[in-house]
Amino acid sequence: MIKDFILLPLKEMRRRKLRSWLTLIGVIIGMAAVVSLITLGQGLENAIADQFDALGNDKLFITAKGNSLTPGLSIDAVKITQKDLDVVRSTSGIKEATGLIFSTARVEFNDNVRYFFVSGMPTELEERKLIGESQSYHLLKGRWLESGDNFKAVAGFLYTEDNLFGKEADLGDKILIQDTSFKLVGFWERIGSPPDDQSISIPIDAYQEIFNKPDEFGLLIAQTNTGDDPEKVAAQVEKELRKSRNVEEGKEDFSIETPAELAETFSTILNIVQWVLIGIAGISLFVGGIGIMNTMYTAVLQRTKQIGVLKALGAQRKHILTLFLIESGFYGLGGGLIGVAIGLFFAKMVEFALVAAIGPAFLSLEINLWLIVGTLIFSFVVGCLSGIAPARRASRLNPVDSLRYE
Amino acid sequence: MNKMKKSLIKLKDVWKTYQMGEISLDVLKGISLEIYPGEFILIIGPSGSGKSTLMNQVGILDTPSKGNIFLEGKDISKLDESGLAQIRGKKIGFIFQQFNLLSTLSALENVTLPAIFQNLPEEKRKKRGTQLLTQVGLGDRLHHKPTELSGGQQQRVAIARSLINNPEILLADEPTGNLDSTSGKQVMQLLSDLHKKEKKTIILITHDHELVKFADRTIHLKDGMVLKITGKRRR
Repeated sequence: MIKDFILLPLKEMRRRKLRSWLTLIGVIIGMAAVVSLITLGQGLENAIADQFDALGNDKLFITAKGNSLTPGLSIDAVKITQKDLDVVRSTSGIKEATGLIFSTARVEFNDNVRYFFVSGMPTELEERKLIGESQSYHLLKGRWLESGDNFKAVAGFLYTEDNLFGKEADLGDKILIQDTSFKLVGFWERIGSPPDDQSISIPIDAYQEIFNKPDEFGLLIAQTNTGDDPEKVAAQVEKELRKSRNVEEGKEDFSIETPAELAETFSTILNIVQWVLIGIAGISLFVGGIGIMNTMYTAVLQRTKQIGVLKALGAQRKHILTLFLIESGFYGLGGGLIGVAIGLFFAKMVEFALVAAIGPAFLSLEINLWLIVGTLIFSFVVGCLSGIAPARRASRLNPVDSLRYE
Repeated sequence: MNKMKKSLIKLKDVWKTYQMGEISLDVLKGISLEIYPGEFILIIGPSGSGKSTLMNQVGILDTPSKGNIFLEGKDISKLDESGLAQIRGKKIGFIFQQFNLLSTLSALENVTLPAIFQNLPEEKRKKRGTQLLTQVGLGDRLHHKPTELSGGQQQRVAIARSLINNPEILLADEPTGNLDSTSGKQVMQLLSDLHKKEKKTIILITHDHELVKFADRTIHLKDGMVLKITGKRRR
């Protein structure tokens, strides 16, 4: 019996192709929006999780309060200095610690001037390693900055392409940073985010000299001993820094973050953004549902005579109700099917475009089977719900009047 | 009165009143009649005489404003719509002037449609539908859509459809009204055969006096009342 109650509505939908398609479009747009936004959101979340995994969870990041990990933007008088770095280093549970500093700077090459991030990096081997690990720096060619490299620089990946300065930079080229000449000794591999790939690294001594910041770090990175709980070590570092900086508990002018905390912050923000987007997509889905309702009301009018005939032939209210509900459910389901396909396709296109434009680090898409199944069920339910009122009207039509209806 | 046979349908002082704003219009004014199993009944009358309204009552598509209708002795005037639909589906086969086939369905699908509402399994439905279409001479048109059939063929599909649930009563509303005379004759022949060979009770509504010859009894309707009944009850 079920089969008949599925085939009949399908035949009706096929008969009115244009109207069926127009109805479907409403649902398709809503569903495609929901699916692509959720997929992209999850892709973003995955990518961020991957980044934090790469970071390792044994790292601590210490910044002056008010500074975030976005460097160089601080105008606060609060500074992180060599003294702080020494305190961190000597805290028990810390294996290694280093500091770096960054800001935007005037970069001149091939007679072009642009403003990019410049970071002052340590040149000691162990410290370099820590930076490389936590900031995803890997050498593409050339070498790292070493002790005694005063005016040498390692440039980001995009310097190897000609669209930054109209000419590819190469090892040995001279580049002007804040009007001081640096010799390129290496290039980083692509990190995946343009600000990173456009940045340039110089020895921290040179940085402090040309920016006139003799004793200042933007960020301290510390690595905890294997086996020690990073959270506990972080608490210990906090205590030591409070003591040396002479601040009370609760009034710290610095902050310590662990990757776990950072990841949590990111995913909270991402979740909020995602729910807002899904809410917007939900509105379009609601509009799609109204479209189905409208179509079904029209269908009831157009098929009044047919309903009368079906009733004369012995159809009860429940039969008519079922037929119309299934039809509207199909509008939902059909729209859902096409919407899911388009949504996934769209998400893939966005991934493709993003990877082509700025590298692979931003998005790691994953086709979520539950999302698809859930969307299809949901769209069928939306269709059915939209059809309830029209189907009830159809089922309650008086057979005599409907038979007379022309 | 001969009471050997119990009446199949009995109308007892049936009134149907339509309320048109302030005015109430009596379309049927106290009609009483009995129809017996196996009869071929013609209900005839000019337009406005209440034929269609009477058909709706006899076909239990509607309930009377006043009075009672008994089907096989059971008062159905108080049943709700779904109850009526159930009985209608089993006991009465409808044939309409405009055929009223579903354009999206093939001849066979149209014929088997009423059986869906009676929960007849698909296989049985198809078998019986094919038999019936063959019986009305359309065994080679099973999968044609209504638009691919002539008027006479469509009406024969409709007759096959009216028979699918093997009802005792066939109710035909001007079945030849939309047909040319040749097709009309074929249709009447078919109904006559069903009456004679399969002992179906046939109630035919028409304004065409030519058809009186097919009927056992003819009920003449005028102004919502039975003017006279001609012919003889079969024994």
